[in-house]
Amino acid sequence: MSSIADTQKRPPLPGHHMVLGETDKLRLDSGVEFGPFTLAYQTYGELNADKSNAILVCHALTGDQYVADDVHPITGKEGWWREIVGPGKIIDTDKYFVICSNVIGGCLGSTGPKDINPETGKPWGLDFPVITIADMVRAQTMLIDALGIDTLFAVIGGSMGGMQVLEWCKSYPERVFAAAPIATSFRHSAQNIAFHEVGRQAVMADPDWCGGNYLLEGKKPARGLAVARMTAHITYLSQPALHRKFGRKLQNRGAITYSFDHDFQVESYLRHQGKSFVDRFDANSYLYITRAMDYFDLSMEYDGRLAEAFTGCKTRFCVISFSSDWCFTTAESRTLAHALNAASCNVSCVEIESDKGHDAFLLDEPDFHMVLSGFIEGAAQGRGLK
Amino acid sequence: MNNTVSNITSATPHSDRIRVDLQLIADMVEPGTRVLDIGCSDGELLGYLTRTKNVDGRGLELSNEGVRNCVAQGLPVMQGDADRDLGDYPDGAFDYAILSQTLQATQRPKEVLSELLRIGNKAIVSFPNFGHWRARFDLMFRGQMPQNPNLPIMWYETPNIHFCTVRDFVGLCREMNLKIERSMVLNESGSRVSMDSHSGFANFFGNQALFMLSK
Repeated sequence: MSSIADTQKRPPLPGHHMVLGETDKLRLDSGVEFGPFTLAYQTYGELNADKSNAILVCHALTGDQYVADDVHPITGKEGWWREIVGPGKIIDTDKYFVICSNVIGGCLGSTGPKDINPETGKPWGLDFPVITIADMVRAQTMLIDALGIDTLFAVIGGSMGGMQVLEWCKSYPERVFAAAPIATSFRHSAQNIAFHEVGRQAVMADPDWCGGNYLLEGKKPARGLAVARMTAHITYLSQPALHRKFGRKLQNRGAITYSFDHDFQVESYLRHQGKSFVDRFDANSYLYITRAMDYFDLSMEYDGRLAEAFTGCKTRFCVISFSSDWCFTTAESRTLAHALNAASCNVSCVEIESDKGHDAFLLDEPDFHMVLSGFIEGAAQGRGLK
Repeated sequence: MNNTVSNITSATPHSDRIRVDLQLIADMVEPGTRVLDIGCSDGELLGYLTRTKNVDGRGLELSNEGVRNCVAQGLPVMQGDADRDLGDYPDGAFDYAILSQTLQATQRPKEVLSELLRIGNKAIVSFPNFGHWRARFDLMFRGQMPQNPNLPIMWYETPNIHFCTVRDFVGLCREMNLKIERSMVLNESGSRVSMDSHSGFANFFGNQALFMLSK
C-alpha cells in the first residue's frame, strides 16, 4: 500500500553509491548546509595511473547515471547515450574512465525529495532544500575528490548536462581540460521557464500530489506528472519531426470517433510517453530539477557580462547546437561562444543540421558524432593521452 | 569563403604539403605564436600551422560544413563571418590575424582590416588582384567582367563584392596609416613572382597579392 514501503521493498539499484558531506557538508546556494547525502554513480573503463583520463558525463533533466549500461535497471532499455559511450565508441571506455552520477535532488539513488529526512524519519517532500545547477556540480566535485581525481580530462553533457558542464568550467576551470556543452545554454530562457512552470503546475494540480506529501499518503501524482512529461516531450521534438513521425494518422481505427479518446497516433504516443515516465521518475524530483534549470544563469553574478564568467579559463570548449532545437537554440550557443571568445578561451562552435529538435543530441546524428569525436581526439592529443 | 585559387601543392621541406599560396602565408608565421585564421575553410592552413609550427591557432569560418570538418580534425573553429563576428575578440588577442582570399568578399573591407589589426599584432591578407592584365583585357577588349581561373565565378554568382588592385590596396594601407611589413605578388598557381610588389609591373602581372601589415 505505502509507497515508502514499496521503495524499501525494491532491491537497491545497481552501481556505486557514495556517502558524501559527512564532515564537510555541502553548502547549497540557498545557504543550507546539507549532508550527509548520497550520490549514486556508474563508472565505465579504467582510471589510468596518473588519473588523467577521466571523463565526467552529466545527464539531462530526466536522465540518470546509467549512461552506457546494456540494460537500464528500471526501464529495461539501453543506457541513454550508448550511441556515444562504450568500448570503441566516441567516448571510448577502452581509453577513458567515464563517470556519470545521478544529480543531487534526483530519484535514481542520489539523495532527493523522496528519501527519508533523518530529522523527521519521513520523506523530505517539499522540505528538501531547493537545489541549483551549481549545487549539483558542487556535489559532483565532492565525488570526484573522493575518487582521487584532480583534473577531469573532459566534462561532457547535453541540455541540463550542458549547464553542469558550463558550471564546472566557470567554477572549477583548472579541473576541466576539455568541455563539450551540447544543446544547452548559459541560462534558461523565459520560454523554457514557462514550459517548466506548466509542467510543475500540472503535477501540483493533481490531487494525488497531496501538497508534496504523496509518499506519506500512499499516493502518486501519476496523471499530473504524465501531463508534465507530455508537454515537455513536445518541446524536445521539432514540428517537422513530429509531423513526419505521426502526421494526422489515426490510432488503430479507420475514422475519427467523435470523442476524446486518443484518435490520433500522436496523442497515443504522448500518453505512452507520459505513462512510462511516471514509472521511473519521482514527481517532486521533477519539480526540484526543473527549478534548478530555471534558476541557471551564469551571467547573473556578472551583471549580464557572460564573458567574465570565463576569465582566465584554459579549458578547451566545443559548443554544439542543433538547427531545429527550439529549446536551446543555436543563437544561444553563439552568444555563449562569443562570450568565450571575448574571454580569450579556446572555443569551437558548431551547429549541426538536424530536424530532430532538442532530442537530436541523444539520437543517431552522424555529423554530431563526427564533430564530437574530432574534438575529443584533438583534446586527447593535447592532453598527451594515448 | 570563396577560394579563388586552384588546388596546387608545392614542394616544401615539410612532410606536410599545403596549397602554395597558403604555404607562403605559413612561412610568414613565427612558430609558437597565437594565430586567428579568418575564413579558414576546411582548416588546411590552420591544421598545418598547428602541426608544424606549434601555433595556438583558432579559426572563424562561414560555412557550417567547413566548421564541422575543422572541428572533426580537432581544430578550434567557430562559425561566423569577418564582417560581423570579429568584434567579440579582445584587443591584441593574437599575434597574427590571417585573412586569406576573403577580403574581397566582405561587406566592409576597411573596417575588417582595422579589426584585424585590433585583435592581431600583425595582419596577413591575401586577395586576387583586379589590376592583373587579364582582368584589364576582359574589361577593355571583351567589355565583360573578368572571368579566369583565378576568378572563375560569373559576376551574378560571385561572393566577391569588393574587388581591388594591388595599387588600390597599397593606397588604403597608406590612408589607414598601416605599415606594410612584407608584400609579394603571386602568379596563377600561387607561387611567388619576384618583382617589387609596389611596382606597376606587379599590379599588371600579379594574379594575387599577399601582404603582412602592422599598425
